[in-house]
Amino acid sequence: MTTNNVIVSARQALWDPDEIGEPEITGMLGRLSAKDIDTGELFFQLLRHEAWGLEDGKVKSGAYSVDRGVGVRAISGEKTGFAYADNIALPALSEATEAARSIARTGHGSRTGVLTGTTAAVRYADVDPIASAPEDAKVALLHRIDTLARSLDPRVSEVVVRVSLDCEVNLVVTTDGLMSGDSRPMARFDVMVLAEQNGRRERGSSGGGGRFDTGWLFNTDAADEYAREAVRMALVNLDAVDAPAGAMPVVLGPGWPGVLLHEAVGHGLEGDFNRKGTSAFAGRMGEVVASELCTVIDDATLADRRGSLSVDDEGTPGQHTTLIENGVLVGYMQDKHNARLMGAKSTGNGRRQSYAYLPMPRMTNTFLRPGASEPDDIIASVDKGVYAVSFGGGQVDITSGKFVFSATEAYLIEGGKVGPAIRGATLIGNGPEVMQRVSMVGNDFKLDGGVGICGKDGQTVPVGVGQPTLKIDEITVGGTGAGATS
Amino acid sequence: MKPVAPQPAPTDPAALAASLKDMATRILDEAKRQGATAAEVAAGDSSGLVVSVRKGELETVEFTNDRGFGITVYVGDRKGNASTSDAGPNAIRDTVRAALNIARYTEGDPCNGLADASLMARRIPDLDLHHPWDIDVPRATERAVETEAAGLAYDNRIVNSEGARVATARGCQVYGNSHGFLEAAWGTRHSTSCLMIAADANGMQPEDWYTVSRDPTDLENHVEVGREAARRAVGRLGCRPVNTGTYPVMFAAPVAAGLVSHLLSAISGRALYRRESYLLDSLGRQAASEDITLREEPHRPKGLASAGYDGDGVETRAKTFIDGGVVASYILDSYSARRLGMTTTGNAGGYFNLDVVADTRPVEELVNAMGTGLLVTNLMGQGVNLVTGDYSRGAGGVWIADGEPRHPVDEVTIAANLDDVYKGIVGCGDDIDRRGNIHTGSLLVREMTVAN
Repeated sequence: MTTNNVIVSARQALWDPDEIGEPEITGMLGRLSAKDIDTGELFFQLLRHEAWGLEDGKVKSGAYSVDRGVGVRAISGEKTGFAYADNIALPALSEATEAARSIARTGHGSRTGVLTGTTAAVRYADVDPIASAPEDAKVALLHRIDTLARSLDPRVSEVVVRVSLDCEVNLVVTTDGLMSGDSRPMARFDVMVLAEQNGRRERGSSGGGGRFDTGWLFNTDAADEYAREAVRMALVNLDAVDAPAGAMPVVLGPGWPGVLLHEAVGHGLEGDFNRKGTSAFAGRMGEVVASELCTVIDDATLADRRGSLSVDDEGTPGQHTTLIENGVLVGYMQDKHNARLMGAKSTGNGRRQSYAYLPMPRMTNTFLRPGASEPDDIIASVDKGVYAVSFGGGQVDITSGKFVFSATEAYLIEGGKVGPAIRGATLIGNGPEVMQRVSMVGNDFKLDGGVGICGKDGQTVPVGVGQPTLKIDEITVGGTGAGATS
Repeated sequence: MKPVAPQPAPTDPAALAASLKDMATRILDEAKRQGATAAEVAAGDSSGLVVSVRKGELETVEFTNDRGFGITVYVGDRKGNASTSDAGPNAIRDTVRAALNIARYTEGDPCNGLADASLMARRIPDLDLHHPWDIDVPRATERAVETEAAGLAYDNRIVNSEGARVATARGCQVYGNSHGFLEAAWGTRHSTSCLMIAADANGMQPEDWYTVSRDPTDLENHVEVGREAARRAVGRLGCRPVNTGTYPVMFAAPVAAGLVSHLLSAISGRALYRRESYLLDSLGRQAASEDITLREEPHRPKGLASAGYDGDGVETRAKTFIDGGVVASYILDSYSARRLGMTTTGNAGGYFNLDVVADTRPVEELVNAMGTGLLVTNLMGQGVNLVTGDYSRGAGGVWIADGEPRHPVDEVTIAANLDDVYKGIVGCGDDIDRRGNIHTGSLLVREMTVAN
């Protein structure tokens, strides 16, 4: 399968309602062209979204939205002109085109010609998650999960369940005459519970999803598992003790704790920061930036994953890019603009929140390759430390390299054994330093469940992470506990 | 540069408001026609210009233009929402239909519905929020270049830049509902920002600074914005480790607003009725130091968060949420108020200009008084759990020893329970930061765990 047939259906969805065809588009590309415009593009997009939420035992909220528009970009050297319109009719398209090309100092070019469709292998099915199940089935599912979560333990006091479904169709045409398109489904299911015991309340949450329709919710026991997992986490946290404070060994569990890679190295290896020399990793290509146990990959080609892309938002096929190989920095993630300025090639990481935003180099699915250690041996190697298995999110200062991520489920390790649960604590470290302190990497590789959202410069995009169990010899744990030593 | 680009259109705000009101009326009529028993609509139209420069050269010119509307329909006590950016001829019909379709499958909730008609705002004050900035791309570029240049020239340890940005936006928002309430609010917002990077042998440190206002003449001198970013970046060089332990922690004014926001979240209706707050049933109870009062001033002229009515059309009014540390009022919209058996406080959409009112003292005096501890100027991460009050975030700042600033600190965490943090506020600085929705000076907290 390739994206060829997607282009046909995308043109129908995006151009036909306004009776726009290839002559109008090539005409617009001609207006976008000028002697000093290196490249330009029109990005057409239709976004549909539906969400249902249950709280207090009732499905009280539901929402549907449609957003359809076009973003126009012109690039001249390091300069970018950008404008967008929330409708695709010719006057709006024309106005946006003139605005975007206003960075040009020369008059209109004269390009004519035809558009050439470019294709890529598809990484997910062309399905519509919103239409894949009737409304009453979605509502009934939320109720079933609410009932299940409440039945699992009498201490469960509140349950919030949410299903969120997206359907995106886009089409990119460039001044080179290339045209590509993508149809991207996205489904996500979340369960959040509160458990109460002796006046103490704690939260647990779980969820997952990916680029597919609602079949996984109705044909597997995935939703039941999310409910069980959320309840389990809340109950664990009811007994949590204060987290320790200070620098100590930390073992991270497999899967979602891979947010470590996303923050500690991922952002710092995006092309824009390295072109500008503002990343802590800038100018370090070929150097050792992590322990030799670390091989870090960004991979848009994984089937059906939340961060996967058949083609990126600039029409470049999604790729498998090695960022760090056995500890050595070997690759950056690039969009077209930064790649061109750095004399490199786009790695298919050009992404944008929507037509109303400029594309930037962004991660897709970022993960650490498995190692040889048994997870039990990794824990057994720690005398006193922390074992963290779930996180609420993280943040990085790309320039200094410091990053944080906040544990939502973690345990003390005492004498090589997993001990009591600890209250949520933030871990903080410096990316290049912490990655050099990765001393054991497990053989239990796992991808996350499909809930990641990445923010950069005011734009959010869905991403995936993954890793096996791993050990960091020393990182600062931000607890309040008696373990604090002055 | 050729003047071919449309400038942010010098649209007559009254004409824009009239056309949005006309659309809102048609949407409400259509909702009624299709069977909604009540409906409310929000419609907006905003446009703007953002110019970024880096290393003295124009980097991006962005023309923003956002339109769209969202509708909430009620069928009895069932509810549905739909929204679109589409302005096509069928958009209203289709969007209303989508909202009604949602309402067909949601379940009834007696707390649903419009706010009571008697609460609708009647006299909307003129809040003086509309001050267009007559600035074109060349002049915005020049201003951004000067901002950045001032930062780059400030100190030879400034080695790089993420550039400077000049932005201007104007917009009109209309809210109407089937009580017959229909009002428009228009306003402008302008800013200049800069991010400088300082470096020494130990690596790079970035810092930014910005100025924002409704009226371009109220913006801080842009050259000072560049210099302040540089001053802050250079001030972060020479970080040294500190010993893990419990110390006084002062939140510098720009980060103190974030600290205060968690307290406001914990007394907000949604967190309360979902029992996701550590401050359940806290009305009349002590939630902060008795030195602290939190007051909302929704009608402040030129205020960045000023509003004459809230997202339900309910009249906004000045009020006190925390009075001498005691919870005097929750922050409620009409839905959360009904859920809690209370009356809306006119806060659908949040709070509108929040002042931390306290006996302020010069910051230097607070630093002298704190003995040995951490002055926090940067915070990172999401380690705030409102259900339990557990707070643990990444921080950077300045180490204070014996009441004197000693050296910058980086890569530490600060942690405590929020209940102890707010009750342990022992001082408020006179350095009020007025750039956000929350206006506060620096806040000194008696004790938190600092880990390094």
